[in-house]
Order: sequence, then structure tokens, then C-alpha cells
Amino acid sequence: MLDALLSFYDSYQSTVAYVGINALLALSVYTSLSCGQLALASSGFAAIGAYASALLTLRAGWPFPLVLGVAVLLPAVLALPLGLPVLRLKGVFLAIATIAFGEVIRIGLINWAYVKGAEGLVAIPQKTSVWMIYLLLAAALFVLGRLRGSKWGFALEAIREDEPAAQTMGIPTGQYKLSMLVLGAALAGLAGALEAHFTFMVAPNGFTFRRVVDMLVFAVVGGAQLYWGPVAGAAFLTILPELLRDLAPRVGIEPGPLRLLVNGLLLLLVILFLPSGLVSLPRQVRRFRAARSPE
Amino acid sequence: MGQQIINGLFLGSIYALFALGYTLVFGVLDILNLAHAAVFMLASFFALALSTQLHLPIAGALPLTMVLAGLLGLLLERVAFRPLRGRADSNIAGLISSLAMATVFEAIALEVWGPNIRRFPEGTLPAATVSFRIEIPLVGGSVSLLQLAVISVAMVLVLGLTFLVRRSRLGREVRAVAESPRAAQVLGVNVDRTIAASFFISSALGGAAGILYGLSYNAISPDMGGSVELKGLAVIIVGGMGSMPGAVVAGFALGLIEVFVVAHLGASFRDAVSFAALFLVVVLRPRGLFGAASMREA
Repeated sequence: MLDALLSFYDSYQSTVAYVGINALLALSVYTSLSCGQLALASSGFAAIGAYASALLTLRAGWPFPLVLGVAVLLPAVLALPLGLPVLRLKGVFLAIATIAFGEVIRIGLINWAYVKGAEGLVAIPQKTSVWMIYLLLAAALFVLGRLRGSKWGFALEAIREDEPAAQTMGIPTGQYKLSMLVLGAALAGLAGALEAHFTFMVAPNGFTFRRVVDMLVFAVVGGAQLYWGPVAGAAFLTILPELLRDLAPRVGIEPGPLRLLVNGLLLLLVILFLPSGLVSLPRQVRRFRAARSPE
Repeated sequence: MGQQIINGLFLGSIYALFALGYTLVFGVLDILNLAHAAVFMLASFFALALSTQLHLPIAGALPLTMVLAGLLGLLLERVAFRPLRGRADSNIAGLISSLAMATVFEAIALEVWGPNIRRFPEGTLPAATVSFRIEIPLVGGSVSLLQLAVISVAMVLVLGLTFLVRRSRLGREVRAVAESPRAAQVLGVNVDRTIAASFFISSALGGAAGILYGLSYNAISPDMGGSVELKGLAVIIVGGMGSMPGAVVAGFALGLIEVFVVAHLGASFRDAVSFAALFLVVVLRPRGLFGAASMREA
């Protein structure tokens, strides 16, 4: 039994690691969503964390905990000058400005000879272990969990539901929105550094617009109302391709297109019928049953 | 120099056409249709299939493909946008549902045509369209018949849409809905039908841009939408939300700038220009260069 479990773990170790990394990335988009802001700069922040950490390990030989500390702090500090102007924007405009930020970072990296341009940095020593990812994820969830029900958490909810009303009630909405952007940047930077030291390499094409869209999809499919929704979404959508790989030959569709098709349809169904994400499914089913059961 | 201006105008005409459809829906519904680039890509494949399998001449495949692309637009509206109308979070939700449809479209293209680059077979276009070049005396460059045809088709469509929106009954209804759906409804405009019509036109134009792009670069692949999706966004934001002349001017400007950047700074800087411009305009002047002041964005 234990042997079977261990061999299962061996063959799926990278999937297990990616569930954790993707969960951190999904949370980095969730932090802003939790106060109603669609900020999509996470791929840019993850790139900053990944490259900074890789350089510190490769060129300066810093110890890993210190490297991770920088990967958390640097994007967080850089989020301040980004956030001050862009958080005045609303809805789609904030999304567009932050997408542009991510793309500028990516293209900047492609054109920066010191980090080898489009090739990226390779042969980064593998220093990330799976327990590390989950320990840090647990720490992140602990922090986000403590927010719920606190004064801070209520303020975020108030901003999400009605920003002008929250402002009128004396909530400093700008500070809260900026803090959540900074927190998201820190999480993205951490995930980027963990990923870089797990896959041995970083390259600009790991931080495209598509990547940040994936993070948003994790958060929305899981459910962006609760802090563990994005984690559930990331876990579900990271494991799904593994399951589909076996299914693909049976339905006669190639695995690549099948994964896209299922992802797309799932996202559509969730946004149309389960706006609070998959984690709200049990509650919805109970409500549906209760409505149908005779008095 | 002259040649670069011609090439820039050529590239810009495709950007303008793509952005025009994009901004028509953005202006009416105030929602970003992220599946626009997927329609652009699918239309390109439709044109390829019509000309290789049904042996239609490309001049016949173009209008037919535009109709098919328009139908995709109707499907998008029905599946991804209409169910969300009236929901409080419809802005963000619409963004995500259109993204979902874009993913589905890409999956279909990938399954049907495979991941590799497809090309129009030789002889789709008469050889003279590429080899025969017309010298343009004052600018000091030359333009191929194909480039000239692409620019002309794009211009005819741009002018046609401008006429439609300014002069026709449908255009008046579209503008009324853009101003206020409720007021339009009270005055007897069929809002659902008007929005559906906008989607049809928008996607048909996006499809036309796709065919022209596919023809001019002769490279069609499921990920070709990626080359225009964010740039189209840059063009409509820089040009001004919902401003059609703005989208056209910004489209041409982007084409010209890109060609000059490639010539003088190198190809890898090409995309940086559009995103840097996009970022600066959104932050400094969210209404865009030609947009009217509005309460929506600030």
C-alpha cells in the first residue's frame, strides 16, 4: 500500500508541485479580486521574482531562504509605483493596463542580453522541494484566512460590493486596493522563484498573457469569493490534463485540443451557472434539492 | 524610407480592420470580446478550406467567409454575452466567458487543422499579384498588387462600416443602444437584435482581417490570433473607447511605427512599442486620443 502510494507520488511529483505553484499564482490574482479589482499583472511579478531569484542563486550564490525573501519583497516594492497610477482605473481598464505591464516586463526580458534574452537562464540548481511549496502555500492561506471576518476582511468585501459606498463610509479604499495588489505581487514573486528553482530554468515565454489568463481561470473556476476557492481551482485544473490524457484516445480527440476544449467549456459553464465557482457547487446542489423536495 | 511607409500602411490597414470590429462591440456593450482574435483565426482557416476543398476563387471565398465569421459572432453573443446581460459583474464575467469561447474555438482549430502552420496552395492568387510591383513615384517605394488589394479591401470595409453607422437605421439604433440601452428600448429599438447585429458585423470585419492577414503572410495557424489580440486592444484603447475613426487612425499609426521600429531597432522591440503606448495611454489618458470624455473609466 505504502509502496503503491510512493510510486504514485514519484510519477506525479511534478504535478503535485505544480498544484502548489499554481495555487500560489491563483491566489496572487485572487487578492485583488477579493476587493473587486481585476488586476492581471501577476505574470509580470512572477517573472520579476523568478529572474531575481535565479540571478541571485546563479551569479551571487546566495542561500535559498534569502533568495526567496528577495523574490517576495522585490515585486511587492515594485507593485507600489505600478499600483498608484493604475488602481485609479476601473474594471476592464485596470485589466488592460496591468496586462500591458506584464507584456512590457516580458518583452524587456527578451531584449535584455544580461539574462540571455529569449533563451532565458538555464541550469538553475533545483532547490525547491515539494514540502517547501506546500509550507509556503499554507502560510499564505493562513494569512488570507485570518483576513476573513476581520475589520480588514469586511473592508475588502465592502469595496468589492460597492466601492463608492465603502468610500463614503470612511474606508480608505485606495490603501486597501494597493495593499492587496502588493500582497498579490509578493505571492506571484514567490511562486515564480519556487518554479524557477524547481524546473531548472526561467524564460520570458513562461510569463505570457496566456499564463496570467490561466491564473485568472484557476481563481474563477475554483471560486473567487472564498480564499480557498483559487486553490481548489488550481488543483482541479492542474490535475485535469493528467486525467484527460488517458481519456483522449477513447473519445478520439488529441490530448492537446481536448484539454483546451474541456477548459473552455468548463470555464463557460462556471461563469454562466456557478458565478461563485466550483467550491459553491455543494451549496448550490443542496439549495436545488431543498427547492425540489416536497414539503 | 518610402518602402517602409508603404509596408507600414499595409500592415496598419489590417490592424485597423481588426480593431474596427473590436471597438464596435466595445463601444456598444462596453464589454471586451476577447474571442475576437479567435474569430480572426478561424476565418482564416475557413477561407483556406473554401479555397482548397471547394476550389472557390479567393474573391468568392472572402465574402462567404465574412458571413461565416459573422455567424460565429452571433453564436458568441448568444452563448457568452446575452446570458450575462443585467448581471452586476457582467463586465468581468463577459471578459471571462468570451475567453472561454476563444479557448473552445482554438481547440476546434487545433483538432481540425492541427498545430502546424498551413499555407494557401500555390496558384490561389495569380502569380502577378505578388511579383508585379507598382512604383510609387513621390514616396520612393513600390507596392505589390496583393498589398494594394488588401489595402483597398480594408479601406472599402472601413468606409462601408462608417457609412452604416453614420447613415443607416441600424447604425442609428447601434448608437442609441451604446448611449443607453434602456432609453433605446423605451423608444422602440429592439435592443437584443441590435446587439446581435453589432456582433455579426464586428465578427465579419474581424474575419475579413483574418483572411487578409492569412493571405498576405501566407501563414495560418491556431495561435495566429495571439499576434493581434493584444495589439488590437492597444489600438482601440489608444484610439479611444468606441471611437471608430480613432481605431482606424491608431491602427495605421501602429502599423507604421512597428515597421520603423523593426527597421531601426530590431524585430524584438516591435511588440514593446504597442504595449508601452497602451500602458501610457491607459494610465495618462484613459479615454484615448480620440475618445470623448466619459464617466465610465475614471
